[in-house]
Order: sequence, then structure tokens, then C-alpha cells
Amino acid sequence: MSKQTQIRLAGSGGQGMIMAGVILAEAAILDDKIAIQSQSYGPEARGGASKAEVIISSEEIDFPKVIEPDLVLSLTQEATEKYGGSVKAEGLLIIDEDIVLPEGFNQSRVIKVPILRTAKENVGRAIVANIVAVGFIAEFTQLVSRESVEKAVLGRVPKGTEPMNKKALSEGYALAQSVK
Amino acid sequence: MTSEIVQKYFRIENLPHIWCPGCSNGVVTRALTMAIDELGLDQDNVVVVSGIGCSSRAPGYLDFNTLHTTHGRGLAFATGIKLANPKLDVILIAGDGDVSAIGGNHLIHAARRNIDITTIVFNNNIYGMTGGQYSPTTPTAAKGTTAPHGNIDKPFDIAQLAAAAGATYSSRTTAYHVNQMVKYFKDAISNKGFSMVEVASICPTYYGRKNKSGSGVQMMQALKNDFIDKMAYEKLPEEKKEGKHLMGVFKNITLPEYTAEYQRVIDALQGGENNE
Amino acid sequence: MSKKNIKLMQGNEACVEAALMAGMKFFAGYPITPSTELAELSAEKLPRIGGKFIQMEDEIAGIAAAIGGSIAGLKSMTATSGPGFSLKQENIGYAAIAEIPLVIVNVMRGGPSTGLPTSPAQGDVMQAKWGTHGDHAIIALSPQSVMETFDITIKAFNLAEKYRTPVIVLTDEVVGHMREKIEIPEPGDIEIFDRKVPGPGEDYLPYRLEEGDIVPKMAPFGAGYRYHITGLFHDETGFPSNSTDNADIMLKRMISKIEDNREDIVMYDEFMMEDAEYAIISYGSTARTVRNAVKTLREQGMKVGLFRPITIWPSAEKEIKAVGRQVKKIIVAEMNMGQYVQEIERIVKSDAEVFHLGRANGEVLMPIEVVQKAKEVF
Repeated sequence: MSKQTQIRLAGSGGQGMIMAGVILAEAAILDDKIAIQSQSYGPEARGGASKAEVIISSEEIDFPKVIEPDLVLSLTQEATEKYGGSVKAEGLLIIDEDIVLPEGFNQSRVIKVPILRTAKENVGRAIVANIVAVGFIAEFTQLVSRESVEKAVLGRVPKGTEPMNKKALSEGYALAQSVK
Repeated sequence: MTSEIVQKYFRIENLPHIWCPGCSNGVVTRALTMAIDELGLDQDNVVVVSGIGCSSRAPGYLDFNTLHTTHGRGLAFATGIKLANPKLDVILIAGDGDVSAIGGNHLIHAARRNIDITTIVFNNNIYGMTGGQYSPTTPTAAKGTTAPHGNIDKPFDIAQLAAAAGATYSSRTTAYHVNQMVKYFKDAISNKGFSMVEVASICPTYYGRKNKSGSGVQMMQALKNDFIDKMAYEKLPEEKKEGKHLMGVFKNITLPEYTAEYQRVIDALQGGENNE
Repeated sequence: MSKKNIKLMQGNEACVEAALMAGMKFFAGYPITPSTELAELSAEKLPRIGGKFIQMEDEIAGIAAAIGGSIAGLKSMTATSGPGFSLKQENIGYAAIAEIPLVIVNVMRGGPSTGLPTSPAQGDVMQAKWGTHGDHAIIALSPQSVMETFDITIKAFNLAEKYRTPVIVLTDEVVGHMREKIEIPEPGDIEIFDRKVPGPGEDYLPYRLEEGDIVPKMAPFGAGYRYHITGLFHDETGFPSNSTDNADIMLKRMISKIEDNREDIVMYDEFMMEDAEYAIISYGSTARTVRNAVKTLREQGMKVGLFRPITIWPSAEKEIKAVGRQVKKIIVAEMNMGQYVQEIERIVKSDAEVFHLGRANGEVLMPIEVVQKAKEVF
């Protein structure tokens, strides 16, 4: 397991967490790593708390699902309550700044980051919060290179939104540097 | 002596057919070959598809590309063939049970798409192959082996059903009115779109016996007497309208045809490739 | 291999990419979770290459139209899941008896009935073989990854064309929906098989097997041969025949064309089997769970190996028999209540003791469960 990093991205349906997962997995592949991205379908995918999962590894991945994430990033209170506790003991929980940790939650490594506010105020669109999150994870964990992340983002976002998404990425990098 | 039409379009080696004495299926099948002959269609280019039932055995006797499929699904198979190769002249032969009961969904959707397939329904108001059960076109109060106390269902009007569902050509004639039948078949095949010709037919063996309709000849006579052109019907005095069934052309309009529309999509995409 | 051919792709997406590369020109289907991407991508891509896509009015019409497309000469595919696979069964039998090449993708989900529409399962394994009524042979292939979905789909088209038969790609929701690395080969690097057609003016009988051929040649409708296709038992001419002798000959030919060519059709994979004293047999996405567990068990000193059938039907009879002779005990791990285990038991007989590990509640088997089961029974 040590060569694998399991990531769970949680938020509300429509926040683009699956897209964020796809971008991270794609960036890993561009870096010549092995990656798998999966998600849950069904009612969960239509609003409410939703999650996407990514495994990044230096060797072949057998079991394709995330069992115990090394990293959970959550953008909403509901998603945090649902998935925040799934992070493994020595893992890292990244939550948006306004989220209140559920009572009795004793995770030691928790970082609060203003992802939603940064997307809204610094980039101008709340919709790019997922890309800010991608930038944050990439920079904070160094799991994937900036070059590959940028390539993956530009390959997946709608035409015409590239400058905005590039800006969102660099805001994510900056956030990571500020908390490191 | 077999006629030229039969020699040319029938697989003589597969005759005699399985149909009962007095059955009208032979008349209708022959009329179809007359229409094809008069239209001068290339025999190699004609595909005749059917489902399951007495009339669905007709393609086996016809010298075209012929496909005998599963019960009710003939139109779905035919849709695949026509879309895959729109140059083919695709004709479906079906019975009333095949096309309006188990295959009813395929009928309304093929009509809705207006795909260029001609559907010929041999409507004998009964399931003949399985021995006389009531079908969706069995008249109310008539008898079948599964309606021994009289049918309480209300029958479908297949020609009107197809017209309402989107067929661009729909008509009804009878196995007695051969000249009109040949003309309707020709018009239906010539229509670029979904066409329906419902042919009121007879089944002396099952429907006839159960309902005391008499011999095949008497049942043919009844087709002659009971069916009236819808225009003529309007002019009849009220007291004479009772018991009459309408025949004639119910719909004949022009609308975009499905495979042509699909080709437009292909052309637009392939022509527009450089602009993307 | 250039890097531009490396992509992150869903299993369902890889299936369509492979189908196109294999020469698919026709897709007819009906939307159903979790196979819908197959229809969506086919609808998007086929008209761009002059192919045809049609969304039919129901599942039955979907396979019927796909068979029609194949009869008209185009390589055809349909895709479905769960309830849709049940609805397609009658026409799978039609394609089998009429010997129409066709690829049917079944992205397995939880059943019976509407069951668990968005959850994975492997509960259609026996249905793939016996779902349609009557005796017939079938080919079913089960991929464990996105890359393998690609390879298997190419193979499925080739087998369908070569043996004039419906071929089922038996994938599952996990493989269908997960995104993984895939390296798309150059078209020139892939072997593509096209059905044999009669030459112009040839004396053609549609169901006559010619010397040196595996199956009768297949003329597309409209090519000038004017023959008959039926779901009734028929003789070489294609016309119905009630002869019991003929039915016997035809049925045996239909079955043996597949059974006698197992060497060509059967694919499987082995992991740490060389010195294994115990084997776990698993297929599709579940085999990945098992592979992970086998590594753990090996670390703990247990001589366990994985045998993974890729071709589910016809089964890898010879190889599975050999596994049974090599090991003392076998666990069959699958996402169902005990299906392929019956085939394994049939093959290994008393050579090895066979156990089953499985469930069908929508959750994939976890590596720890396999480890625990192995420790319990091995």
C-alpha cells in the first residue's frame, strides 16, 4: 500500500469533484504513473453529497477501489460529515474553511483551506473551486507535476474557459504554498 | 400451369405452401409480386421480412432476399436492414397478431420514424398458426378458442393506428379487391417513408368455423359486400351504414424519411470535418 | 509506441473505441444503466465515419435491428445491462441459429429484475450461456481492466465474424465505469477479421459448409444471392426443414464450430500458479481483488495462485482441469451467489475441493475477505 496514494474528493453534486478526480488521474498518467479513477453512481450523483476517488501509484493497481484514503478533500459540511471520517489514521483531511468538524472527530491532520472563497473572489467564479482544489492537491502532495496537471485541465475544460481555469490552478498552488 | 408471375417471383421448389384450403394468404402474396413486377423493382434489391405466424411464412415462398424473424420483431429487424443499406427495397409481411399485439410497439415506432419500409398486414382477425385464439383485431363478441364466450376486447384499426403513429401512407383493402390491392401495394412501395397496407383477409379454418362464417368462398363474398370505400360510405343513407367496414387510403402525405435524414447527419459531419 | 496513444478512459469508452477499430459500422440499442455510455459514444462517433446508430424503442428491438444491420453486411453491436440482457435473450438465440455475427455488450449490474441498477455484479454468467431457450454454443468474454476491455472487444468482433455467432462481452459496472490508462494501438498493429463472403457468380448455398471453411460464407442481403434466413431449423439452402436428421446435423455443426475451436477462442491468465498448492479462480473486476489478496497470502507464506478465465464461454476446460489436478483446494470468487463455481465443480470433479466466495448485494469483494476465506478453507 505504501506505493499507492488513495484520494477521495467529496463535495456536493455539481461541484465537479468527478472532473477533479479525472484530472488528477490523467495528470498522473501523463507523469508515467499508474492511476485509476472511479465514482459512485445513482442517487448520490444527483445533488447531495458526492464523491470521486483516485488511486495514484508507482506500480500496477490491482484492487481498483479506494479502501482507506490517504487524503480526503471535502468542500461541504454534508460531504465532510459523510466522508471525512473515512480518512486513515495517519492520513490528511483537507476541508473548506467554513466547515465545522463534526463532534468527536479526532483526526490529527486537518487543514482548513479557503478553496471556495478563492475560486469566487480571486478567480471570479465559484464553479472553478474544483480546479483550485486540484491545484492545491497537486502542489501540496507533489503527487503529480504542474506541467501534467495543466495539460490535463486544459484537455478537459470547455473551450474558452482555459484562462480562467489556468488562473484557478495557480491560485490552488499558491494556497498550498501558504499552508505548507 | 404456373403463371409467369409465379415462375418469376415464387420459389417453386418450396411449394405447395402450408396454408389451408380457402385461406386468402396466397392471393395477397401473389398480389404483392404483381405490384413488385409492375413497379419493375430489381429482384436482387428487394428484401421481404416477416415475423411469426401463417402470413409470416410467405417470404419463404418468395424469390427475394427473405428474412423470417422472431414473433413480432420483423419491423425491428427490417429497420436495421433498411438503415444499414437504405438502397434496399424493404417490405414487411405480418399478421394482425404479429404486428399489432406482440409487435405493436415496433409498429408505432417504425411509423413514427417514417422509415422507408412498406408493411403489409394480412389481417384475418385471428391467430391461425396456433389454432384460433382471438387477436387484437378480433371483433367484439366474435369467438376464438380463447374467447369461447365471446370476445369482450375492442379491436384495433391497424390502418388508422399506423396513420396516427406517423406513417406517411396508410390504406386498407381486402383480399377480394385484388386490383385495388395491387395498386395500394404499388403506392405504398413507391412512397418514400413508412407505408401501411392493411389487407382484410379470411381464415375459414379457424375464424370461419368458430364464427359460423361459412366457406372460404362465402367469406370472400362477405369481404366484397361488407367493405366499402370511405368516400362512398359518406354518401350512404344512415340505415345502410350499419355493418360496413371502411377501406381506402387514409393517409398519403410527404414527410422527411428517416434514412435520408440520417444521411444528412452523416453528410453534415463529414463535410464539416475540416471546420472543426 | 508514441505517447499520444496513451489515454485515461472509461471501460465503456474503450469498448466503443475498440469496436470502431474492429470495423463496427452499426449500433442499435436502448439506454440502460450502466451501459448507456456505449450507446452515447456510438451515436456520437458512428455517423462521423459513415456508420449508423439508432436508438430503438426497446431492448428487443435493439438487438433485432443490430442483427438486421449485420444481415445487411455491417459489423454490428448492441449493448445492455441487467433487465435488458434478459429481454434480448430470444434474439440471441435467433442470431445463434441463423448464424449472424453480432457483438452484445452486457455491463453486468445487480439483479434479479431492476435489482441494483448502479451497482456491479457478475450474476449473468449462466444467463450468458443458457439465457436463450434451446441448445446452442455461445462465446462470452470478460475483461478485468479498461485496456483489456479494448482488447477483448476487438477479439469479440473477430470471433463473431470468424464463427458467424453472437459474442457476448460480459463486463461489469466496475470495469465499465472506472477510468484507467489505456494504450490504443495503431490500426495497423491490430488483426481484424472480416466474415467470408461468396465470390461473384458463385454457386451459393447460404448454409453449406465448404471444404476448408469453419462456417458457411455469408452474403449480405442485396448482393445478388436472394436467399432465405429463418430462426427455424433449416438445411443448407436456408429453407425450413422438419427433418430430425437435418436438425441433428445442423445443431452439432453449430455447437462444434465453437467447441472444436477452443484453442482459438479460449483466453485465460495465471498469476503465481507455478508452485501453487491452492488456487483462486476469478474473472472480470473481481479477479483484481483476488490478485491483491494472492499477494498478501503469498507474503504470509501461503502458496496460493490466481487462475483467471478471460473467455468465460466456452470455458477453459483443459486448463481448469489441470488446475484441479495441481492444487488441493480451489476458491471461486465472483460477485454472485454461486454461478461459475458450478462450471468449475463440473470440470475439476473430485480432483480438488471447490469452495465459493461471493455475494450479490452491490458491493465488490474486498481483498481482506478473500484473504480471510483462504485462511479459513485452505
